[in-house]
Amino acid sequence: MWQGLRSELHPLGVEIVTIALDTRGVETAGPWIAKAAPQHPSLIDRTHLVDALYGVINVPSGIWIDEDGNIVRPPEPAHPQRPGYLDREIPADASPDRREAIALVRALHVESERYVAALRDWVRLGRASRYALGPEEVVRRSRPRPIEEATAAAHFALGQALDARGARDAATAHFRAAHRLQPDNWTYRRDAWSLAGTEHERVYGTSWVEEVKREGVENYYPALRLE
Amino acid sequence: MIFGTARVPAAEFARVTGWRSKPEGLCRDEMCVPFEPADADVVDLGAAAEALGMPLVHDAENALWALGARAGGHALETAVAPDFELPDADGQPFRLLSLRGQKVVLVAWASW
Repeated sequence: MWQGLRSELHPLGVEIVTIALDTRGVETAGPWIAKAAPQHPSLIDRTHLVDALYGVINVPSGIWIDEDGNIVRPPEPAHPQRPGYLDREIPADASPDRREAIALVRALHVESERYVAALRDWVRLGRASRYALGPEEVVRRSRPRPIEEATAAAHFALGQALDARGARDAATAHFRAAHRLQPDNWTYRRDAWSLAGTEHERVYGTSWVEEVKREGVENYYPALRLE
Repeated sequence: MIFGTARVPAAEFARVTGWRSKPEGLCRDEMCVPFEPADADVVDLGAAAEALGMPLVHDAENALWALGARAGGHALETAVAPDFELPDADGQPFRLLSLRGQKVVLVAWASW
C-alpha cells in the first residue's frame, strides 16, 4: 500500500519503514509482505514495541522523523489512500449484526488525501513545513502514559511470549489484563482477538463493534490535527 | 521486554531495553537516570524498574518477568526518536538509527 508513495518520495530523501504489529510474526504478516514486495524496510514487531516506545494505539499509524532523528509528528492515523472498506456495500441478505458492523466500518473517519498532501509538503519544505511540529508540541501530542498503560505493555509482551510457547490460556490472561489496563489500545485488542479466531468474542467477552461503540466511532481514527 | 530471570546480565538488559548500565546510571540515547547497581555486570530487574519508573510484572507460574513502558508524563519524553532494532521478514535485524540523515516515515500496520 505504501510502495507507490515510497517510489515517489524516496528520490526526495525519504524512507518509509513499515512495521507489522503481529504477535505471530512472519507466520501472519509474511504473506502480506511477500505480496507487497516492498523496496523499503519492512519490519516485524511481535511485542508491539512501538506502542511502548512511541505511544502507537492503532493501525495504520504514521510517525515522521527528520534527518537529525527528531520526531516532527508523533503517532497519528496514516492512510496513504482511501480504504476500500469505506465504500463496502451492505448485502441485502446481511444479518442485523452484520449490517451494524459494516455501517460502523463505513463511518470510520479517514483522511487520506489531507494526510498525503501534508506529507508531500513536509518532504518538500522540511522544517519550514507548517506540518512539522516543534519538539515540545511533539511530546505534548504524544499519549499521556499513566501507570496503567505502562503496565499494559508488560502484560501484552507476556501474552506474546506465552503464545509463542503454546501456553494459550496463560497468554489470554495477560492479553485480557492489557485490554483492561489500556482499553483504547486497538493493536493490543485486535491482535489478541485474531489469535482466538472465530472464538474471540467468547474468549474475550466482547467484540469490535461493541468496543468501537463504547469508545465512540469518531475516536477510532481521531481527526487529524495537521497544524 | 521479557526476561527469564530477575537478575539479568547487563549486556542483555541493554540489548532488550536500550538502557545501558554506565557509571552515571542507566542511559538511553542522551538520557540517564541515577542507578547504582550492586554488581556492574548484572542488572537487578526490580531495582532497574524502580529507577526507570517502569512497572515490572512477574508471571511466577511461567517464570517470566516483563518490564512495561516508562510511566508518568507522555509516551514520548523528548522529540528524539527512540532507537530500536526489529527484524525484517527474513529475520535480518534492522536499526532505526541506520537511517539517520534521511527523513523517515514509520508506519505501523498489521495483518489482522
